[in-house]
Amino acid sequence: MSDTNTTAPEGNGTACCGCKKFSSAAEAKFAELDAFIETLGLDPADERRRGRLIQILHRAQHIFGYLPREVQQHVAEKMAIPESAVSGVVSFYNYFTTKPKGKHVINVCLGTACYVKGSEGVLRELERVLGIEADTNPTPDGLFSLGSLRCVGACGLAPVMLVDDKVYGKITPAAAVKVVNEIKAKEAQA
Amino acid sequence: MANITITINGKKVEVPQGSTILDAANKLNIHIPTLCYCPDVGCGVANKPASCRLCLVEATGIRGPRKILAPACATPVAPNMEVWTNSARAMKARRTVLELLLSDHPQNCLTCAKNQECELQKLAAEFGIREISYQGERNSYPVDESAAIMRDLSKCVMCRRCETVCNKVQTVGALTGNGRGFPAKVGTASMIPLADSSCTFCGQCVNVCPVGAIVGVSYTKKVMAAIHDPKKTVVVQTAPAVRVAIGQEFGFKPGEPVTGKLVAALRMLGFDKVFDTDFSADLTIMEEGNELVGRVKKYLELTKAGKSAADAQKEAHLPILTSCCPGWINFLEHHFPDLLDIPSSCKSPQQMFGAVAKSYYAEKIGVKPEDLIVVSVMPCQAKKYEAARPEFAPGGVKDVDYVITTRELVRLLREAGINLANRDDEDYDSPLGESTGAGVIFGVTGGVLEAALRSVYTMLNDGKNLSGDAINFRAVRGLDGVKEAKVEVAPGLAVNVAVCSGLGNARKVLDMVRADRTRFQAIEIMACPGGCINGGGQPYIKGDRAETLQRRMEGIYAEDAGKPIRLSHENPDIKKLYAEYLGQPGSEKAHHLLHTVYHENKRD
Ligand code: SF4
Ligand code: SF4
Ligand code: SF4
Ligand code: FES
Ligand code: FES
Repeated sequence: MSDTNTTAPEGNGTACCGCKKFSSAAEAKFAELDAFIETLGLDPADERRRGRLIQILHRAQHIFGYLPREVQQHVAEKMAIPESAVSGVVSFYNYFTTKPKGKHVINVCLGTACYVKGSEGVLRELERVLGIEADTNPTPDGLFSLGSLRCVGACGLAPVMLVDDKVYGKITPAAAVKVVNEIKAKEAQA
Repeated sequence: MANITITINGKKVEVPQGSTILDAANKLNIHIPTLCYCPDVGCGVANKPASCRLCLVEATGIRGPRKILAPACATPVAPNMEVWTNSARAMKARRTVLELLLSDHPQNCLTCAKNQECELQKLAAEFGIREISYQGERNSYPVDESAAIMRDLSKCVMCRRCETVCNKVQTVGALTGNGRGFPAKVGTASMIPLADSSCTFCGQCVNVCPVGAIVGVSYTKKVMAAIHDPKKTVVVQTAPAVRVAIGQEFGFKPGEPVTGKLVAALRMLGFDKVFDTDFSADLTIMEEGNELVGRVKKYLELTKAGKSAADAQKEAHLPILTSCCPGWINFLEHHFPDLLDIPSSCKSPQQMFGAVAKSYYAEKIGVKPEDLIVVSVMPCQAKKYEAARPEFAPGGVKDVDYVITTRELVRLLREAGINLANRDDEDYDSPLGESTGAGVIFGVTGGVLEAALRSVYTMLNDGKNLSGDAINFRAVRGLDGVKEAKVEVAPGLAVNVAVCSGLGNARKVLDMVRADRTRFQAIEIMACPGGCINGGGQPYIKGDRAETLQRRMEGIYAEDAGKPIRLSHENPDIKKLYAEYLGQPGSEKAHHLLHTVYHENKRD
């Protein structure tokens, strides 16, 4: 899911803690995160500080949009915990992502019911149309990212596609493409 | 605590409250298979995630009178509980669990480094698995190889022992669970290579992995190629802890020293000279003792001149920390960059040996350093990493060419058909094979400090040696993780010393130093709990870890007690080395060959 290198957030630097340069936009984001961590008053001698990790990552993802390795390293340093402890949590929760997300997030369910009803075909068609591989980086224009999920609990509607918070049931490859095109058209107008 | 009586397979057994079904079954000598559970991964810390489910038994009294399946390793006993370890349902459940595990396993035992040492393989044999009923998706990951450790996660059974030892015992935190569900794996932060992580290469994870997912990188082929190359002179050094551990693989009792047979076997294997790291351990004491004495004298001058104890300690770089253990040095360079100035600048005995062999000895026998191959047999994985450090290859010629572990040597000897048990004792070669009792105790926690104290005493008392029982500094012996003592090194001069083993314990002691700089004057640190007798390259410990370590420790002290010379500075070949080549301890030449500098290493 979150294997190895991800890109640095809006900058050419590769590390946290001010030792390498970031664009000022990224710097501002790190500053915002630091200000938040500051309010928690973590005590490096108190093991209970680890309990704050999820909260901090939540905020970090809100600020950066995703959690690349640089951000994880920064959080580890600030919390005085091993980077592996951060990475372990980030990789455990589906909610956290180490890849930047597009403006619109499309997910296709590959759970058993959906799979049997042909959801993989939907996913492949979307990959073809969007020109990206599922569960990797978003489209170059930043408009879409594409992912796959395991059973979302709507098997009665299989195969299921989710676009942002909207559920599309009994979806076909053609119908999925139509949804994409509608969004594209709307975005072009905006 | 109250006792509880339960019934297992119709037999009654009484165990203390809080015991598990597994504990109770052990008491009855009823075997229940286990895989993830490990009662002691180090320092008495248990690994108990109850994740593998191989220990399923049927029991009542967990959720009322109903018979349910429960993991024996993690289910506490309850009054009137009844347990069946071999009911049809329990046996079927365990077999299913094992077959499922095997269905996601590469099954290439024949070529696996853990062949015949693997706990999963043993279970498959025990269960009489002849076919695997399940075919399914298999995880596959790229193999991660460094100079010392190789990880092949496609063999990982997710027992998480490595994660426990790395986080709870060593407090390094290089390993973590990554992801979840079927593709979950144990790895580094963001799955970076181990060599880029905060790993110290202590190898404790290698020691506890039940399968072949984490193993040492093997250099045996290169060693044999060198031995068989007529243009090369190949010498070997054996670390102190090897001689009390290797015997168990050839039918000797755990901890039984087999030094003479080890020498004979290495000679038969084809090494041109068989030397001893104990020699360079003695050399280490000359240099480190000299450093300690220098720092203490400086401290005394400074306090005499009116400095506070804390300032004087700082300025005199006290407490001195030992530097023989490369696993610990890796930890220092990563986690304690503020203390880089206080370790002894001495290279480890392994590297001192290499440096002396490729200069003094090479000159003596008239061989070019690049035609002299130095092989180490070490209890250790970190020594492989150390030997590969660029600062230990002056002019591109490595001081130590190849490091193999005790385990690798066992394998080589088996391949060559050499059985230690059938060899008669032989002596080490001269001049780098002569050693004292002080050198041999380097192999166990407390030994380096004791050896140093023995010589420091002489240095501070106008050449007067300790005699009789005073030579035994018992206060720094034993397998406790942290030992503190006050030791009189000269009339009216006492120093506070600490000895710790296991990196979690090192962290504790160094935090004490950060909090109070005056608390200690000398500290010995070993990365592996118990010291090198428990190194990451030693024969796997089957059965009680603490018991085996105790035996190995006793073996080390027995060797020391049996040595005619037990003071490093009385080693005749060490005296000769200084007279012929190095001059004085701490001389410019000694510094050039035997000392090093440390760098902050901010890996992740
Ligand atoms: S070698 Fe030691 S530090 Fe490295 S991962 Fe294994 S236990 Fe952790
Ligand atoms: S690598 Fe070995 S010790 Fe670590 S979780 Fe996997 S099987 Fe267990
Ligand atoms: S204690 Fe010994 S075996 Fe362990 S890392 Fe240090 S030198 Fe190697
Ligand atoms: S399998 Fe797709 S919703 Fe359940
Ligand atoms: S040994 Fe009991 S669950 Fe693994």
